[in-house]
Amino acid sequence: MNVLAIFKKDWESELRTRYAINALAMFILVTISVILFSIGQEKVSEHLTGGLFWVVIFFSAMSGLSRAFVSEEERGTTLTLQLIAAPSTVYFGKLLFNLVLVFIMNIAIVVLYFLLFESFVIVNLSLFFLALLLGSIGIAISSTLIAAIISKANTKGTLYPVLSFPILLPLILTLMELTKFAMDGDTISDSYAELMVLVSYDVIMATAGFMLFDFIWKD
Amino acid sequence: MSDYKLTFDNVTKTFGRRLIFKDINCSFTNGNVYGFSGRNGSGKSTLIKIAASILSPTKGKVVHLSEEKKIIPEKLHHYLGFVSPYLVLYDEFTAEENLYHLTKIRGIKYNKERSNFLLDEFELYNRRNDYLKGYSSGMKQRMKFIFALLHNPKILFLDEPTSNLDNAGKEKVYEIIDEVGKSKLVIVASNEESDLALCSEILDIESFKGNGE
Repeated sequence: MNVLAIFKKDWESELRTRYAINALAMFILVTISVILFSIGQEKVSEHLTGGLFWVVIFFSAMSGLSRAFVSEEERGTTLTLQLIAAPSTVYFGKLLFNLVLVFIMNIAIVVLYFLLFESFVIVNLSLFFLALLLGSIGIAISSTLIAAIISKANTKGTLYPVLSFPILLPLILTLMELTKFAMDGDTISDSYAELMVLVSYDVIMATAGFMLFDFIWKD
Repeated sequence: MSDYKLTFDNVTKTFGRRLIFKDINCSFTNGNVYGFSGRNGSGKSTLIKIAASILSPTKGKVVHLSEEKKIIPEKLHHYLGFVSPYLVLYDEFTAEENLYHLTKIRGIKYNKERSNFLLDEFELYNRRNDYLKGYSSGMKQRMKFIFALLHNPKILFLDEPTSNLDNAGKEKVYEIIDEVGKSKLVIVASNEESDLALCSEILDIESFKGNGE
């Protein structure tokens, strides 16, 4: 219940301040426009479009998901949260908020991609959406933990993508591979190993985040 | 009257090589008002943060006992109220929304009656639907008291409780300290003589600086 209360507070705050939503929306529009302009009339391979799809998701996530903790730190409300909730409650509340943001962001990117890129043709939709679901969870979990770490730093803006890159790289590479499989029409059972990598990544990052958050949150 | 005891056991704090205080050993019990005094930068706020488990001591430990049972740090927020100049509430919410959200996050039922009572006590009832960003610093300080008292805490930490308050606000705070201190544990960190006048015992942090200071 307390986790939901943190989510509700963050969501209502986000609807009023629009810190993360505006950043995400603008970044998605700008990156997709830049890709469209740079491609022009060129014929781009399906696999390259699939790879660019995850590049847009990675950088969009970098632009908005750090807000969960950075906004608390910048406004000075971190102490208020420390006084009223256990660290695990804060972690899962912020994670839930980032999960919702990632899902909204990814759905918007998928819709825009299907509408704007002719070469973005997915043969096995169930494999693609399963990968997207597990990938979104992984991105939200990692981004939440990294946001908590960088919120205490002075150079938050640059540190976030720099620190996120090595942590999200195995996830993004696996997701690119699975998108290629989905474009080639491979089945879910053919992609079992890659899907298990995603599940393992999500479980490991969620456990690590839960165990480390206490140390990040205090002092 | 429920029992509450806070104990400092050899509490030492350093920031890098700088010693803030060392080997503080003392106990505080409910039904009393205690004071932490010392000049600017002496470590009053640091000690009050350590007491509230917001900061960890470099050495030693802080123990909170309620009814002779040790309170685990994850549950401590149910027992304590905290007011300080560096505590910030949410500017994008109204006073009532702030109290509602913060109570829900604390994991307790929102008591609208008590909320209205405290808003009235601190003369903010008529402004309860205004966003906090429109509040003056004195009004924000009053809101912090409402936030700290809403869940009826067993221990109240007040770091510079009268900062930004006018004379009427200060009188109200002294009245609250006096009232709460009769049954609960109140700890005040301040330089103001008038703030410390209500304290039964005062801990001077300057005397815990060691020989090198």
